[in-house]
Amino acid sequence: MVFLLQLVITGFAQGMIYALIAIGFVIILKCSEVFNIAQGHFVLIGGYLGYTFLVTCGLPIWAALGAAIGTAIIMGLLIERLILRPLLGAPVLAVIMATIALATILGGLATLIWGAEYKAYHGLLPTVTLKVGALSIPSESLIGLIVSVVCVTILMLLFRYTKIGLAMRATAEDLQVVQSVGIRATTVYAVSWIIACVVGVIGGILLGGVSGANMELADVGLKAFAVVLLGGVDSIGGAIIAGIILGMLENVAAGYLDPLLPGGGLAQVFPFIVMIIVLIFRPYGLFGLARIERI
Amino acid sequence: MGSGTGTFHETYAQDMAVFRSGLQWGIAVAFLVLLFTSPFFCSDRMLTILTMMGIAVISVHGLNILTGYCGQISIGHAGFMAVGGYTSAILAARLGVPFWVALPCGALAAGTAGLIFGLPSLKIKGFYLIMATIAAQFIIIWTILQLRSITGGPDGLSVPPPRIGNIALTSKANYFYLVMAAACVATILAKNIVRTRAGRAFIAIRDNDLAAEVMGVSLWNYKLQAFFIGCVYAGVAGSLLVHYFSFASTDMFPFMDSVWYLGMLIVGGMGSTTGAVLGAVALRLLDELVTMVGPILSAAVAPQAAASLGLIMHGLVIIIFLIFEPRGLAHRWEMIKTYFRLWPFSHQE
Repeated sequence: MVFLLQLVITGFAQGMIYALIAIGFVIILKCSEVFNIAQGHFVLIGGYLGYTFLVTCGLPIWAALGAAIGTAIIMGLLIERLILRPLLGAPVLAVIMATIALATILGGLATLIWGAEYKAYHGLLPTVTLKVGALSIPSESLIGLIVSVVCVTILMLLFRYTKIGLAMRATAEDLQVVQSVGIRATTVYAVSWIIACVVGVIGGILLGGVSGANMELADVGLKAFAVVLLGGVDSIGGAIIAGIILGMLENVAAGYLDPLLPGGGLAQVFPFIVMIIVLIFRPYGLFGLARIERI
Repeated sequence: MGSGTGTFHETYAQDMAVFRSGLQWGIAVAFLVLLFTSPFFCSDRMLTILTMMGIAVISVHGLNILTGYCGQISIGHAGFMAVGGYTSAILAARLGVPFWVALPCGALAAGTAGLIFGLPSLKIKGFYLIMATIAAQFIIIWTILQLRSITGGPDGLSVPPPRIGNIALTSKANYFYLVMAAACVATILAKNIVRTRAGRAFIAIRDNDLAAEVMGVSLWNYKLQAFFIGCVYAGVAGSLLVHYFSFASTDMFPFMDSVWYLGMLIVGGMGSTTGAVLGAVALRLLDELVTMVGPILSAAVAPQAAASLGLIMHGLVIIIFLIFEPRGLAHRWEMIKTYFRLWPFSHQE
C-alpha cells in the first residue's frame, strides 16, 4: 500500500510538470491553431540551459532561472517571426511539418552546443523533504510541484486580469472579430509562442534538476501530447487534470508491470498506448469540444 | 495531328496517356538504359547510394499515395517499414523461407499493420492522426524490442544473403538491379493506382472528406485501402533494406526517418508521382553531401558538428521548402518545362 501511495505521489508531482509543459502546447493551439510538435524540444533546450546557467556560469538559482526565461523569450520571438509568420494561412500539414522541422533544428542545435551529452546538475536546486508517516516525498518532486503550481497560477492570472490575456482569450474565441476591433493577432501569436517557450524551458529545468539533462528530455514532449489528447486539445483545465492522471498512471504502471516484462521500459511507450486508446474511443479528450463540421 | 507545332490529343486514350509524345518515350527509355547499365561504369559507392535512393523512392511512393493523394498524414512510415523488414527477416532467418517469398510476406504484414493503425483515421484527422501514427512508430519499435526471442531484440537479427533461384544477390550490382527493377515497378504501379477509381476516391477524400462521403465515396473502404497500399510499399522498402544489409535492427528504422520521408515528399511535391521520385533522390543526395561535409566540419569546429549538421540541415530544408516552394520540386519542374515549351514567348502564360 505504501508502495502504491509512493508511486501515486511521485506520479502526481511528475504529472504537474507534464501539465505545465502541455499548457504551452494548448496555448499555442488555442491562439493560433498551430499544433506545436516542438514543445518537447523547448523542454530539451530548457534542461541544457539550466546546466549552462547553473553549472557553467555558476549563477545562483534565481538568476539562472531569470536568464533561462530571458533566453526562452528571445527563442519564442525568433521562432514565431522566422518560421510561423511566413506560414500564416498555410494548410495544417505544412504548419505541422514546420514545427517538426523546428524540433529537428532545435535538436541539432542542442547537439552542436552541448554535444548531446548527459549533463547532471541535480542537488543544485534547493532541497525540501517532506515526510508523511512512512511516505517520503522526494524534494525534487516537491520543488517541481510547487514551481508548476506557481506557474499555472501566474498564467491563469495573466489570462484573467491583463489586457494581453484578454486579447489571447478573444483570439482563441474568434480571430476575425479580434482583428476587426483592432487587436494585433500577430502580437497575440508572438506572446503565445513566448509563453510556450518559457513554460517548456521551466519544465526542462525542473526535469533536468531531477535526472540531469540529456537528449531524451525531448521525449517528454511526446508525453505532453498524450496529456493534451487525454485532456482535450483546447482545454487548459483538461491539460492539468490529464497531466496528473497520466503522471500517476505512468508511475503506477511502470512500478507494477516493469518487473513482469523482460525488456522493461514500459514508461516509454505508455503515453502512446494511452494516446491510441484515447484517439480511438474519445478523440476529443475528456474536456475538449467536439467539433461539428459542415461542408 | 499538327505539323511540328505541338502535340494535339484527338482521343481520350491519348489524353490520358502517361507518355504523350515520342520525345517523352525516348527520354524514358534512355533513362532506363542509363540506369540499368550504370553498374558497368559506377563505383561501388555510387551503386550503394543509388540502391539506397531506389529503396527511398519505393517508400516515398507509398507515403505519397497515403499522404499526398489520400491526405492521411503518417509520421510512422519507418515503423511500417520495420514491420515489413522484420517479417521478411524472421521468415528468411528462422524459417528458411526463400527471399522471393519472404519479401511479399513482409509487404503484406506491413500492410496489415497499416490497416490496424489506420483504423483511428476513420474517426480522426489532421493533428490527431499524426499523433496516432507517431504512436504507431513507437509502439511498433517497442514491440519488436520486446519480442526478443523472435526478433533478437536490441541485438538485431542476421539474415541469410538473398538469392532468387540460382542467382545470389550478394554482389552490389545484382542487388542494385533488383532494387531498381522494384523501384521501376513501384513507380509504374503508383502512377497507375492514382489514375484508377480508387485513386480518384483518394483525391476526393484529401480535398474534402465530408463532401466525398456525401457523394458516395466510402471513407471506411478507401481510407483503409490507402493505408494498406501505402504500408505495403513501406513493407517492400523495409524488406529490401534489411536484405541489403543482411541484418535487421531497430536502429535502421528510427523515428527521424519517418519525418525525413515526409520531408522527401514535401521537397518533391505532394500528390505527384514525379515529385516522390524527385524528392527521394534530391534528399538522399543532400544526405550524401552532409556525410561528406560532416567530417570536415567536425574537424574544424567540434566533434559533434557532423551529427548536428545533419539534423539542422534536415529541418532547414523542410522549412525552406514549406515557405518558399510549398508545391515542391515537381511544380518547379513543370514550370521549367512550360518555360521551354513556350520559349521564346515565355511571358505568354
